Amino acid sequence: MSEVVRAPSPHDLHEVVVTVNGVTRSARVPARRLLSDLLRHDLRLTGTHVGCEHGVCGACTVLLEGEPVRSCLTFAVMVDDARITTVEGLAGPDGELGPVQRAFRECHGLQCGFCTPGFLLLTTELLARNPEPTDGEIADALGGNLCRCTGYVNIVRSVRRAAELTSEREPPS
Amino acid sequence: MTTQWFGERVERREDQRLLTGAGRFLDDAGHDALGVAFVRSPHAHARITGIDVADALDVDGLVAVYTWDDLPGRLADPLPLLIPHPDLTHPRTQHALARGEVNHVGEPVAMVVADDRYLAEDAADRIVVGYEPLPAVVGIGHARSAEHLVHADVPGNVAAVTTQELGDARAAIAAAPHVLEFDLAMERSLSSPLEGRGVHARWDADDQRLRIRTSTQTSTGVRAAVASIFGLPDVAVEVITPDVGGGFGTKVVHPYPEEVLVPWAARTLGREVKWVEDRYEHFVSATHERGQEHHVRVGFDDDGVILGLDVEFWHDTGAYTPYGIVLPIITATQLPGPYRHRHYRVTFTSLYTNTVTCTPYRGAGRPQGCFVMERTVDRIGEELGLDRAEVRRRNLIGPDEFPYDFGMVFQDGRPLIYDSGNYPAVLEGVKDLVGWDGFAAEREAAAAEGRRLGIGLACYVEGTGVGPYEGGHVHVETNGRVMVATGLTSQGQGHETVFAQIVADELGVDATDVYVTTGDTRRFPYAVGTYASRAAVMSGNAIALAARQVRAKAIRIAAEALEAAPEDLEIASGVVQVRGTPSRGIPLAQVAVLSNPLRYAFSKEAQAATQFASPPDPEVPPVPEDDEPGLEARDYYSPVRSTFAAGMHAAVVEVDPDTGEVDVLRYAVVHDCGPLINPMIVEGQIHGGVAQGVAGALYERLAYDAAGNLANASFMDFLMPYLSEVPTPEIGHLETPSPLNPLGIKGAGEAGVIPGSACLAAAIEDAAGVRIDRMPISPPELWALIGEEAGT
Repeated sequence: MSEVVRAPSPHDLHEVVVTVNGVTRSARVPARRLLSDLLRHDLRLTGTHVGCEHGVCGACTVLLEGEPVRSCLTFAVMVDDARITTVEGLAGPDGELGPVQRAFRECHGLQCGFCTPGFLLLTTELLARNPEPTDGEIADALGGNLCRCTGYVNIVRSVRRAAELTSEREPPS
Repeated sequence: MTTQWFGERVERREDQRLLTGAGRFLDDAGHDALGVAFVRSPHAHARITGIDVADALDVDGLVAVYTWDDLPGRLADPLPLLIPHPDLTHPRTQHALARGEVNHVGEPVAMVVADDRYLAEDAADRIVVGYEPLPAVVGIGHARSAEHLVHADVPGNVAAVTTQELGDARAAIAAAPHVLEFDLAMERSLSSPLEGRGVHARWDADDQRLRIRTSTQTSTGVRAAVASIFGLPDVAVEVITPDVGGGFGTKVVHPYPEEVLVPWAARTLGREVKWVEDRYEHFVSATHERGQEHHVRVGFDDDGVILGLDVEFWHDTGAYTPYGIVLPIITATQLPGPYRHRHYRVTFTSLYTNTVTCTPYRGAGRPQGCFVMERTVDRIGEELGLDRAEVRRRNLIGPDEFPYDFGMVFQDGRPLIYDSGNYPAVLEGVKDLVGWDGFAAEREAAAAEGRRLGIGLACYVEGTGVGPYEGGHVHVETNGRVMVATGLTSQGQGHETVFAQIVADELGVDATDVYVTTGDTRRFPYAVGTYASRAAVMSGNAIALAARQVRAKAIRIAAEALEAAPEDLEIASGVVQVRGTPSRGIPLAQVAVLSNPLRYAFSKEAQAATQFASPPDPEVPPVPEDDEPGLEARDYYSPVRSTFAAGMHAAVVEVDPDTGEVDVLRYAVVHDCGPLINPMIVEGQIHGGVAQGVAGALYERLAYDAAGNLANASFMDFLMPYLSEVPTPEIGHLETPSPLNPLGIKGAGEAGVIPGSACLAAAIEDAAGVRIDRMPISPPELWALIGEEAGT
């Protein structure tokens, strides 16, 4: 007796289990569902924003296993079993702003706030691997994300300030 | 000691939520709403011969497909002409869905509603629209030739022709010792906020109310239009503007087709419906701006003093004119800049083309006007061998010449009268900041190393704070919180912060106790919108006036309670007290309790306002005549005319003649928008404006091909600058108050972008030694110009 094998359909649902900001979550999604939509609409973590849906603006940047990725160019099914950080994971458990967030507020590094989550995550990743970046290194790390409001001036200042705040918080051992 | 909030670099109230992912942008709610996709025209100009939706009906999750034939009543009519003008003889607005003909790539033809956006797009892909292509009119030259028409019933593609004149420019030029005549042009661009447009609507059948969330710059405008088109009572339509991810002008247009179609579908289907614009849609359906061509004649004397200026220009209005002729009027009336003109004539023709409709993008016609005026002044300097800054100085309106009346009509229908300013001081400031006087040596030193440096300067005056009005509501709650509402909307300008600063000073409270709501018709139903650098001036003053009423009422009530004379009272740190005697005081929270006579106490504190709490005056009703319960007030600010901010930019650039690359080495800004409410926020506005100015000068343009296809409709091809392309401007402030409004303030939102192209064109011309008469300019274009110059 032969078993009838049904052709896969784009509407078939796939289980995705993903750890977001330290919390393990799951969802059943079609293969074409974008990671940005999984985060925003299935998991209701709307802090990740979608600015272009073709990977140029970087507003949708999240950290996948600690590395920045564009969630609009990543399928949800690709992050099964992975660890993701979104903007919702940057503040302390009591809602207290983290050093990168505080720096952006102090230095007016955001206006409309739409591109901001992407810049916050890029900055977080940069300072994790390079606590004292030069301006050139800041430009390298953030130079692939678009902001239409700030002219980037105060974003760069915010990153410099975030480096200071981070080193204050974590004195060298 | 009372804290002063106005003028301080107060951190923003908005930032806590925006930094933690807790902002509420349009697409952050309505997760269960039906999704929408639009079938948009791939042709710039075509007749629709048929729409076949049969294949789409098989898509799982499809809910509805609509075309123009399905639209009932006034929804089938053309959308409103927002700003009529007597000279706009041939206005045309689009239908919400195309009716038989499309006039630009991107015009919506059919609307698909499905369980989610993915499925809506699946279905939209299966709809087959038959088109009979018509010749496309693209670009001003083609439109002027009138070889083909955009609208068959609009002769010559001409929407409007307008002329304004001060004195007799042509006679003055004819009599002038020196005359120059030349052509200029500026290309198309677009606002391009990081968040596109979006609409989310819900019809509440129980309450018979329509709730619309839309990423707009005018919630009251959307509400009025929707109520009118749907025949609903105004109170049955609620429009709420959530956090908005940038607007820059394009979101002031309303109602966009989607803003009537999504609510209509929600009501028709009895389901929540949401549409979120994708980036391609933004490029081909959100409005554009900037395309103009100019012909200039100027007469001047041996000292470079302008005797007469005659400008004719052609404005590309795109496929439709919902916003009337406001853009070219602004160009025409802001073109004179900070200069004394005795004879100025301007005439423009607004032309239809088969491209996306043009409406204001930050700067709104001013970058073009500034480009024309500043290129003109530069040419005068060149012709006479005079320093370009000196030519400007000789033509500037003096600080003692205000109010300065141009005898013309501004974009708001009011007289063009500059209210205040100190232009010579701005010029001196920007020269110092950029190092104008020492530049010759710098250039020479660079030249010795084989580098080509140039310097440029551009001046502008910006009419800000245009009417008709805005309002504000200030309410001290019994818990001491101060709730403030104004009807205009916010797109990142920090209104929650600056309006809180204003109220904090007026009421003597801490700004952190002030909570501001903008753009919610439930909270404030009368408003105009956020455009023309008007929010701080208009709503800021309205809110200040409302707060002053609240203050007066609080002092009156407290005076009775404290048995003190009102004139002896002050409000400090949220307490109404006898001046200098904090022990004799009463918190505003308690004044709010006393302001509202109660039958029923709701807390221990509220018992003080109940009917047996204190011996009443038997002859006075609990709420006296001419009084109202509650510690709250509403007020409006409506100016007689605009207030005029001004500024000047200067830049030093290096040009690489081998590649045409332009490097902006220094960028200096001196800006005068009157007293600064929050310098940090004003500087942020300037930074962003300068970035858009540089972008418009060197990178951004919308590249239509001859068939009307937008060839660069993505962020891959439209070169919006990244961090690496934008200079850090040096900024100086002047604070010349406006005599027109209670706070003396002027607008600051758009200023930064206005002189970008003029300033960089001048600097590039100076460095490269080639004439720059159209912007933007790309490295290949500049390289070609340098090559031509070398070849001649």
